[in-house]
Amino acid sequence: MAKTIIEKIIQSHSPDEVAPGRIVWMDLDVRSARDFGGANVVKNFEREYPGESPADARKTFFTFDLCAPACSLKYADNQQLCRDFARKHGIRVYDVDAGIGSHVMIEEGLAAPGTTVVGTDSHLNILGAVECFGQGMGDVDIAFAFKTGRAWFEVPESVKVVLKGTPSAQAGAKDLTLFLCRELGTKKIALRSAEFSGPAAEALSPAGRITLCSMITEMAGIIGFVSREGGLAADLGAAYTAVVEVDVTGLPPQVAVPPSPNTVKPLAGVKGIKIDSGFIGSCTNGRTEDLARAAEVLRGRKVKPGVMLKVVPATRRVYEEILERGILETLFRSGAIVINPGCGGCAEGHAGLTGKGETQISTGNRNFPGKQGKGKTYLAGPAVAAASCVAGEIRGPEDL
Amino acid sequence: MDTDIRQGRLWVLLDAAGRIIEDIDTDQIFHNAHLAISDIAQMGPLAFGNLEGWTDFPGKCAPGDIIVAGRNFGAGSSRQQAVDCFIALKVGAILAPSYSAIYFRNAVNSGLPVLKILDLDRLLAQRKLASGDVVRFDVRTGKGGNLTRPAVFALDPMGGVQYDIFRAGDLFKYGKPAGTK
Repeated sequence: MAKTIIEKIIQSHSPDEVAPGRIVWMDLDVRSARDFGGANVVKNFEREYPGESPADARKTFFTFDLCAPACSLKYADNQQLCRDFARKHGIRVYDVDAGIGSHVMIEEGLAAPGTTVVGTDSHLNILGAVECFGQGMGDVDIAFAFKTGRAWFEVPESVKVVLKGTPSAQAGAKDLTLFLCRELGTKKIALRSAEFSGPAAEALSPAGRITLCSMITEMAGIIGFVSREGGLAADLGAAYTAVVEVDVTGLPPQVAVPPSPNTVKPLAGVKGIKIDSGFIGSCTNGRTEDLARAAEVLRGRKVKPGVMLKVVPATRRVYEEILERGILETLFRSGAIVINPGCGGCAEGHAGLTGKGETQISTGNRNFPGKQGKGKTYLAGPAVAAASCVAGEIRGPEDL
Repeated sequence: MDTDIRQGRLWVLLDAAGRIIEDIDTDQIFHNAHLAISDIAQMGPLAFGNLEGWTDFPGKCAPGDIIVAGRNFGAGSSRQQAVDCFIALKVGAILAPSYSAIYFRNAVNSGLPVLKILDLDRLLAQRKLASGDVVRFDVRTGKGGNLTRPAVFALDPMGGVQYDIFRAGDLFKYGKPAGTK
C-alpha cells in the first residue's frame, strides 16, 4: 500500500503492519535524555531494572542543554546523577558545553533521514527538518526505551499543507512559521503528521526547515516534513486525511502576541509596543544563519540603553561559526549578552527569566503565560527581535 | 470494585467567564521552575500552580476526584511531572475532548486514566456536568452517568495497548518480565 513519509519511516522500524490509527511497536535508532527528565529516567531505570544495562549503550545518549552549566544545586545534582549512570554503562554524554540536544544530534548525524529518535524534549519533532522521526516523550517512556530500544506508537494520519505564493522579501522562515501557527492553529494538524510543500516550503534553507519543524509542537502536530529536492518523499497515491492550502503571497513579518504562539499578527499591528528585553536563540532560531540575520541589523548600532538583549547560540559549533565569521564581535559590540549554547532563554535555565511587568521580544517558540517568567513575551524572527532591541519598542529593521 | 469502573467528584476547569479552559499547557499544570523535583510526593501541591483561577486546586482536590478540561489538554513540554502531580493527588481520571500526544502517552504509561469525552461542549451548555457532581463510568465501554443529576455521557473507550498498560498498572509492569511486549 502507498505510504506517507511518516508511515514509511515507522514501517521500516516495525514488524507490525503500519496504517493510520493503528498502534505499533517501533524500534528506536536513538534514545536520549536531557538534564531535565534525565535524572528521572535514571531513577526509573534503576528502580525498575536494578543491576541491568540499557539495551544498547551506543544508541543511548544524554544531552545537557536546559541549564548549562548548572545554575542551581538541583540541576547540578541531576546532571551528575546522569553522568554517573552514563559512565557506569558506557553511554556518551553531550555535556553542558555542547548545546541544544536536538541540534547536536543533527550536527553529529545521529538524526538522519529515515531514522527514529526519542528523547525527553517536547520539541524533538524538530528532527522532521532532517526527515528523521523525532519524538519527545516523558521519563517513563524513555526509561523503557533505554531498556528495550522500543516504544509503542499510534501511527498518525497525514495532512498535506500546500503553501501558495511567495512571501515578501522582509519575511523569513520564522515569519512563515508564525503565520502557519496562526493559520493551522492547534486543530488543523493536531495529532497528525504534516507534509509541507509549495515554493515557499521548498525555498527554505536547512536552518529554515529547522525553524518551521520546531514549531509543529505549537500547532499540536506530531511531526512536520518539508519537501525538498532529493529528500524523502511519500509514495505516489499515499492517503492524506486532508489537504490544507495556505496562501503566503506577499507575507509580511509576523509577531505572536501573548498569550500563545497561535495568536499571531502582522508586525505592522504591534509596532510601537515598548520592550524591556530581547532574546535571540532557541531551537527555533539559534542557528548561525539566524544570528547572522540579527547581526546584520545590529552592525554599527547599539542596543538601546536600558534594554537587555540576550543571545544564545544553539550549539558549540554555531558558537564557533559566529566567532570565525565576526558575528560574535558584532553582537558583542552592539551590547548583546552572548550566553553559553543551550536552551536558555526559553525556560528557566542559565539565561534567566522575565520579571513581573517586563516585556520581552523573543525568537523562541512559546509565550504561554508564565513560561519565561512573569513578564509578557512576544515571538518574532531574529531581524525583528534585533531591530526592536535597538529601538526599545517592537519594530522591523527598515524602521530604524 | 472492578478497576474498569471509576467513580468520583468532578472538577470542571472553567475560566472566570465560565468557559471551559482549552489548550492548558504543561507550564500551567506544573511550572518549569519546579522541573528539578523528582520526588512524586512533592509534586501534588504544585499541580495547576500556574493556571489562573485554579492555583488552589491541590488543597481542594480529594483522592478519586475527576478533572474535566477543554481540548488539547497537556500541550507543551514532555515533563512527566505534569502527570505525576495528579497521581500524587490521587486524581481518579482526567476527561477532555483531546490531549497533546506526549501528555496522553505519559499519562497512559503512568497508569493515570485519561479519557476522551465526547460532546463536552453540549454537556456543559445543557448543564449535564458541573463541578461537584459525582459521576461513574466504565473505561472499557466508555459509558458514563451522572449520579448527581440525570445525565449520561460517552467516552472514547480505552482499548489496545492503553487498556493493557492501565490494567497492568504502568508501562514498566506491563513490559515485564520480557522487557518488551
